[in-house]
Amino acid sequence: MQKSDVLLKKPQMNSLGRTLLRFWNSSIGKKLIVAVTGLMLVGFLVGHMAGNLLIFQGREDLNDYAEFLHHMLHGWGVWFVRIGLLTAFVLHIVATVSLVRQNRAARDSRYAHDATVQASGSSRIMIWSGLTVLAFVVFHILHFTVRVDSQLAAMKDPGDPARHDVYGMVIAGFSNPLVVLFYIVAISLLCSHLSHGIASIFQTLGLRTVKTRAAIRAVGLAVSVVLWLGFLSIPFLVATGVLKDDKGAAANLSPGHVQQSPLAEN
Amino acid sequence: MNLTLKVWRQSGPDATGRIETYEARDIPSEASFLEMLDIVNTGIIESGGEPIHFDHDCREGICGACSLAINGVPHSKESGITTCQVHMRKFRDGDTIWIEPFRARSFPVLKDLMVDRSAFDRIIAAGGYIDVRTGSAPEANGIPIGKEDADAAFDAATCIGCGACVAACKNASAMLFTGAKAYHLNTLPQGLAEKDGRVLAMVRQMDAEGFGNCTNQYECEAVCPKEISADVISKLNRDYAAAALREAVAG
Amino acid sequence: MASNASSQSSPNGTLNSAVPDGPLATKWTDYKAHAKLINPANKRKYSVIVVGSGLAGGAAAATLSELGYQVKCFCYQDSPRRAHSIAAQGGINGAKNYQNDGDSVWRLFYDTIKGGDFRSREANVHRLAEISLQIIDQCVAQGVPFAREYGGALANRSFGGAQVSRTFYARGQTGQQLLLGCYQALEKEVAKGGVKMYSRTEMLDLVVVNGHAKGIVVRDLVTGEISSHAGDAVILATGGYGNVFFLSTNAMGCNVTAALRAHKRGAYFANPCYTQIHPTCIPVSGDYQSKLTLMSESLRNDGRIWVPKSREDAAKIRSGELMAKDIPEEARDYYLERKYPSFGNLAPRDISSRSAKEACDDGRGVAKTGLGVFLDFSDAIRRLGKDTIKARYGNLFQMYEKIAGEDPYETPMKIYPAVHYTMGGLWVDYNLMSNIPGLHVLGEANFSDHGANRLGASALMQGLADGYFVIPATLPTYLAGQKPGAVTTAAPEFQQVEDEVKGRIAQLMSVKGATPVDAFHRELGLLLWNQCGMARTEAGLKEALAEIPRIREKFWKDVRIPGDPDGVNMELEKAWRVADFIDFAEILCYDALTREESCGGHFREEHQFTDDDEDVRSGYTNPGEAKRHDERFCHVAAWEYKGPGVPPVLHKEPLDFEAVEPSVRSYK
Repeated sequence: MQKSDVLLKKPQMNSLGRTLLRFWNSSIGKKLIVAVTGLMLVGFLVGHMAGNLLIFQGREDLNDYAEFLHHMLHGWGVWFVRIGLLTAFVLHIVATVSLVRQNRAARDSRYAHDATVQASGSSRIMIWSGLTVLAFVVFHILHFTVRVDSQLAAMKDPGDPARHDVYGMVIAGFSNPLVVLFYIVAISLLCSHLSHGIASIFQTLGLRTVKTRAAIRAVGLAVSVVLWLGFLSIPFLVATGVLKDDKGAAANLSPGHVQQSPLAEN
Repeated sequence: MNLTLKVWRQSGPDATGRIETYEARDIPSEASFLEMLDIVNTGIIESGGEPIHFDHDCREGICGACSLAINGVPHSKESGITTCQVHMRKFRDGDTIWIEPFRARSFPVLKDLMVDRSAFDRIIAAGGYIDVRTGSAPEANGIPIGKEDADAAFDAATCIGCGACVAACKNASAMLFTGAKAYHLNTLPQGLAEKDGRVLAMVRQMDAEGFGNCTNQYECEAVCPKEISADVISKLNRDYAAAALREAVAG
Repeated sequence: MASNASSQSSPNGTLNSAVPDGPLATKWTDYKAHAKLINPANKRKYSVIVVGSGLAGGAAAATLSELGYQVKCFCYQDSPRRAHSIAAQGGINGAKNYQNDGDSVWRLFYDTIKGGDFRSREANVHRLAEISLQIIDQCVAQGVPFAREYGGALANRSFGGAQVSRTFYARGQTGQQLLLGCYQALEKEVAKGGVKMYSRTEMLDLVVVNGHAKGIVVRDLVTGEISSHAGDAVILATGGYGNVFFLSTNAMGCNVTAALRAHKRGAYFANPCYTQIHPTCIPVSGDYQSKLTLMSESLRNDGRIWVPKSREDAAKIRSGELMAKDIPEEARDYYLERKYPSFGNLAPRDISSRSAKEACDDGRGVAKTGLGVFLDFSDAIRRLGKDTIKARYGNLFQMYEKIAGEDPYETPMKIYPAVHYTMGGLWVDYNLMSNIPGLHVLGEANFSDHGANRLGASALMQGLADGYFVIPATLPTYLAGQKPGAVTTAAPEFQQVEDEVKGRIAQLMSVKGATPVDAFHRELGLLLWNQCGMARTEAGLKEALAEIPRIREKFWKDVRIPGDPDGVNMELEKAWRVADFIDFAEILCYDALTREESCGGHFREEHQFTDDDEDVRSGYTNPGEAKRHDERFCHVAAWEYKGPGVPPVLHKEPLDFEAVEPSVRSYK
């Protein structure tokens, strides 16, 4: 196609729909969508982790925070955020899966003797780390948000039985070693995903230059490490018994729930 | 020195290729890599075979004709050079060397190690130029250009169009090639008038040619014989976003 | 155009240089003012064939398409961007006088005439100097990233012995940047539909219809298909013939086929003996060597060239017993500084090259083969610091280290001259049209502007001048007399030439001998390098002329071309080119034998200054310098092909100097 064609077709290009379609269909357009949605998701993760860390302040602060989230803007806030996140999440996945399919097609033959010069391990497993995180997110929502486990769903704050006991639920949830294992694997892959993804956001948004290159890489790594430490500190401290629920609803649970975790014995 | 070569042989564009093994005997260590192949080819011809076909021309690292993935890395693992500048002293006696064509759907193999890179020409034709009619140019010193901009534009303009970036990319993306030309022309004041149209048209042509997308792994810059930085891709992304936005909303 | 009275006809009346009348400085302006024009509506009816996509061909194709002609452009490379113009390192001259150091169009004209040893056509050279100004404007507008000063103005350097700074450059990659500008302009026209580009397509013959060049026959290098293309005019911009020497700084694919085929169809070949040997190349290291690498001449700005004074020291360096740094200052011979005190290491290319040969012939060479001299930066590093030298030549030093395996910051580079450029080429008149009407020849492929020796940074200038500015103005002079599209490939001449081409390919394939093509090329190259290289003698040239038919005979009996001609076959491509090089080598030697004088790139040992000459006694020049014989050889030697095995016939175009008085070239 000639550039002159593009310029000549200018009147039609004012159609926003057509432009959006072209944008979506272009390699850079789709990548920009991945970057912007990725940025939203990173923002959510940082907020989510910060909220989670309230668990170290104790049951009341964490449960207060949970209650606040559910009641802000008369209960609309949480749905507003959920819908935004869901949209970002879906767009992120649909765009990347589409890009990966295009990329596989673009490189239709492999080197008999393959070699990698500088691509990081994380960057090479993005689709797998991403899909694992997707599976985890589904589980995680069913586990802690939808609470398909009726016992977790039934937990009430001992100080205010009218509200849900998030604190107790987290500790009870992490008493299951399989849950903890999946959590550790998923969060590690998530942070691997981010160690490449965050720096990539800057690159795709066109913010990487000779001057910002090193800083962007450092920020990407630092955020990933902080998130990894922040998220994993909770199951680690539950498992080591530093975080425990001695007066809460956990005591009401069937013994099996607690004793399945040998680490939780002390 | 004596070497074992594992070479991709393919008799034509539609033929099935395979790796064949050749013994390269008594190769002088001062010889260049392509001279080593010349010696092997002489032996093949003398013993009645068809020589290994590969693209090459200037043999001094500037025309961009030579290709070859050497042990899986375009232009070999040595940085900042083309295949024709690789010298045998970098290998050890007894080494096994894998020699394959640049691999990408948009670079179909023509024969053995020769590939068709005309997709690059079409990307340039889409917008990789400044449209100035011969003879209508203003006085050369009329537009001062700061040394920093001139140097940055030059760094991007050193691209030799060899295609190593595509061949090294796990996605066969042509973003470094396209980005380098867009960076060169979009950084200079002469090129600003056509900036938006250029970026949109070049990227669309790049997509139409079937190249993959950049996943920011930077294998391209690692193998680029002119060491062009992936920063040119960053600027291409930025310029594309701005151009697409202006295209969507501006009259 | 009315021809100038001075452009006399040759005995058979065909050699008319068509130089316009009037004062030198206004000839080109007057020409353009009165040249024929073609109505814009008619231009698109004319088709023009351009062979070659380098600076000359690419610029011509792009510009003619801009003007509205239908252009077909052919190149053997896989993309027009790879033409060998890309390898030029140093720069391009332009008489802008941005440095306010006294440059002018006149001075560039004069330097070029003098540099060419008074063997070029004044009117062409003056036009070139005038156009040099426009070229710089054009390239900057295209976005060519020339070096700039901090204030944003264009930078210049002094180059190749010029005493003014008029060379524009883009680090060591000026040719690349100019070619990419030209290539981009070409691709723009391809996209607009004005140029149809045929890459990986090689011209194998010229088609002449009723005495006019009206088309070409080409081979598709991918499918092997032979096809014909007709046009209202044919432009050859196919570069030089340096690869006749096998080892040269040219790209592997550079060849003389297009020019030689045109020559065999009637075009005169002018001054083939003017070959330029570049003084600063990396020396040959062994038999397997496929090409030579040029190190930019700019290195001579800071490097000092020397060999040991004694043969014993040189022998010890060659055997590795001594290193360069072991030779004390007083035992070194900085021979260029000694012989040419005012130019020193910046003496012109022919002089520097010959001096290196003399030193090595004297047994004082320092490379293992005996053929190499030192280019030493240790003084410059001491004086300016390593960082400054790195900033100036870092990439060149790196390139040297990669090829030679030695660090030039520590040990001096070794260099030796190598074939680099050929000033000779197809004869053209002022319109750049050969003696075959319709056949135009541009750039290195023609003979026109550099005389017997080309100055540094002038090749790029000439290629672009011919392509962007000269041919668009002069082509209508021919085309206006032609009915557009009058000749098509249906003309019987096309079928005839196609059959000849196919027959020749079949003949090559049917030899089925035992020896690969390269062996013949190497043998021919070595013969020419020894007998028709930097220094030539009557006996040597006669020996070469006796030897070439023997190589030809062996070639046609014993060459082995594997595979088949339908499809990619690089051995067949090489064989066709080498067969043409063999035929061309004879013309080269005939010319060198006939020109019984020394001038520029042509040095006949019989013709040099000796102590008996007045100019030597007066101290104006040195013994051993080239001695011209203006009274007998102030002419262009244009050779007419007379058939295989028959000596070519010489036609002369006398060179009249109106503006400049030829003098003994002194760089002392």
